[in-house]
Amino acid sequence: MFLKKFALAGAVALLSSTSAFACEIGARVSIVGNEFPAIQTVGAGAQECSGAEVSTNLTADHQKINVAGMSGNPAEYTSAIVANSSIVALMNEDVIRPLDDLVAKHGGGLQKNQLITINGKVMAVAFMANAQHLVYRADVLEKIGMEPPKTYEDMLAAAAKIRDMGIMENPVGGAYKAGWNLAQEFNNMYIGHGGEFFKAGTAEVSVNNEAGVATLNMMKALSEYMNPDFLTHDSNATNAEYRAGNVALMNMWGSRAATLVEAEGVSDEVKSGFAIAGPMTVAGGSTPATTLWWDGWTVAKNISDEEAEATFIAMTHAIRPDAIADEAKAKEAVWLIDGYEPTPAAVGVFAAAQAGSTPYPMLPFQGLLHTALGAELADFMAGKESAEQALADVEAAYTAAAKEKGFL
Amino acid sequence: MRHSTFFWFFAPTAAAMLLFIFFPIVSIVTQSIFVPHEAVLIESENCGPFGCKIETTVDQSATEQLRREKPLGRFAGTEIYTDRNHLAFGEVGEAWRASESLGAFFSELVDLPFYRAMAFTLTYTFVCTPFLIMLGFAVAVAVNSLHARLKGLMIFFSLLPMIVPPLIGALVLFWMIDSRGVLGQLISFLAADPGLSLKASTPLVWISLIVYGIWSSAPFAFVVFYAGLQTVPQDTLESAQIDGATRWQQIRYVVIPHLAPLMTFVALIQLMDNFRVLEPIIGFQAEAHAQSLSSFILTDLSGETQQLSSAATTSVLTIIGVAILLSPVLVRTWRDFRGGGH
Repeated sequence: MFLKKFALAGAVALLSSTSAFACEIGARVSIVGNEFPAIQTVGAGAQECSGAEVSTNLTADHQKINVAGMSGNPAEYTSAIVANSSIVALMNEDVIRPLDDLVAKHGGGLQKNQLITINGKVMAVAFMANAQHLVYRADVLEKIGMEPPKTYEDMLAAAAKIRDMGIMENPVGGAYKAGWNLAQEFNNMYIGHGGEFFKAGTAEVSVNNEAGVATLNMMKALSEYMNPDFLTHDSNATNAEYRAGNVALMNMWGSRAATLVEAEGVSDEVKSGFAIAGPMTVAGGSTPATTLWWDGWTVAKNISDEEAEATFIAMTHAIRPDAIADEAKAKEAVWLIDGYEPTPAAVGVFAAAQAGSTPYPMLPFQGLLHTALGAELADFMAGKESAEQALADVEAAYTAAAKEKGFL
Repeated sequence: MRHSTFFWFFAPTAAAMLLFIFFPIVSIVTQSIFVPHEAVLIESENCGPFGCKIETTVDQSATEQLRREKPLGRFAGTEIYTDRNHLAFGEVGEAWRASESLGAFFSELVDLPFYRAMAFTLTYTFVCTPFLIMLGFAVAVAVNSLHARLKGLMIFFSLLPMIVPPLIGALVLFWMIDSRGVLGQLISFLAADPGLSLKASTPLVWISLIVYGIWSSAPFAFVVFYAGLQTVPQDTLESAQIDGATRWQQIRYVVIPHLAPLMTFVALIQLMDNFRVLEPIIGFQAEAHAQSLSSFILTDLSGETQQLSSAATTSVLTIIGVAILLSPVLVRTWRDFRGGGH
């Protein structure tokens, strides 16, 4: 009798403990998002739910399909995983819904800083933070007798010394690929120089100024220490250069830094010398030359309330505290989830946040400027035109695009 | 042929053309003359993991209202066609007035995206097309004179560049010309310049793209010419041989005139294809040095904020460009058709 009771109690305890994690949904969930490891984890977490179908479409091309896939009624995707730059496109097209009522009903486990509120309404739930920061080779810096650089000027000095001592020919890595990457590096450096992208309160661009020229000159100076093919290098290519031991100093994404040296064929020297530090400042400024990012999920507007509720439950389940209890998963990102203990790989992003870095602007027209920068700055970097001319081209290209989209 | 027979014979084709050619063109023309409504912007307080900030956002309810009233958007007419990111009439006029010499005018001109893309696209088209015809023809003649047993194998190898998907073919070459790649190292060794990078120099990137273009399209010309070679009248060739014509003279005066219509056909198709060059630019990651109208469309559609009107306008300009390129041939075909009746 006693045994039987004990077994029953155990079974009840077991049942109740699993039901705490169980996730029951009553309508379809369909997720579109980027494909890096942390997002794969979130997608897989949502698929643990039972009761209805949960499908995911995680691809690097998510931005090309998410607006189209959420514009129909009913929308194909019930949730899009976005970042602070890409939520803007969904907001502009009005395809995502406010989540206040769902947060009140099912969002007990979420922390306040996870809620992205725009004009007083919760529009997304963030689950991770990201930033670009310094990664370097501690062994190489030791050889030249220098501290890890705190400023880009220090970085240039260290690079010159590494080259002079014949340790590496092109010691600086930079994701300067013409297009999105080059524009992002400009954004970082321009913010570091204290630049403002737009005239306050308007969509009128203003980058052709002293800060802009200084930004470009610093980028040009850095590029002298990069692989000559730098205009074709995205962060995959710079990572490969680092792994091959060709690069000692680079600005890299936090989400990629953790697994940087965990590839096949990386030499022990590169592995043991690998180190992470916070982002650098430039030109005596105090704001680091980087931007802060969050990744989070949204819920589509053009779906039934049942589907929205199911989506919210499944996505909340995917980012519950014990989803990242596993050490490998904890390492995948700087999670904004309750109970997350920072791993050593996270120091760069934390340093970025503590140093008062600027979040990437969530402006409706920032994406147009990003595109214009990516297209027009390559001529300057390739040495074909002056900094002033390149910035004037950026402003002209942006203005034409912003007029077309109705922002000016 | 009776009219009704002709009609039923032609109807499926007409329906397909209407559906897959005419309607899409109507759609892009419409999209190119309408642009999104003016966004109603408001200041709002946005909060997130990094604190709160006053930022500009779109007022959804007001914008929604505008959209419902006029779902097509604002009528812009040719505004997008003439703006700085397309034909840039204003900027071109300004450059013309401000430049003292023709050279200065052209350097101003190629600073504008459309004309920069045109400079590359036209160079690419007019260099690739004749070379790939010549190469395809040479390979066809060579393979045709081989022993029958070798032919099959050689045809397969000659077709390889066309079998390999364009992006993969471009990527293979891209890695080879990398400054750490086989060809990149060889060239910098030959030039005795260890810092030389193919990918960093605009002329070298253009040459790489053109070489790739010829390599990847020559098999198409080869297949067409090889088929044509099977129809060369043997008696004419034999009589030429009896007259003592050399092999070169046989090719020049018998084979080439016989294949001339096919050459026109290949030239037409390739002019069209090369004008829409896109895959090599993507594969070679050559956006910094070479752009085409197609790569602009891709950029417009893949940015964080999609520019549909701009992409549609570029598409219409591409159609017009192809029509202009093909017009000499089309006019000639039309004349032949009219003349054929007599």
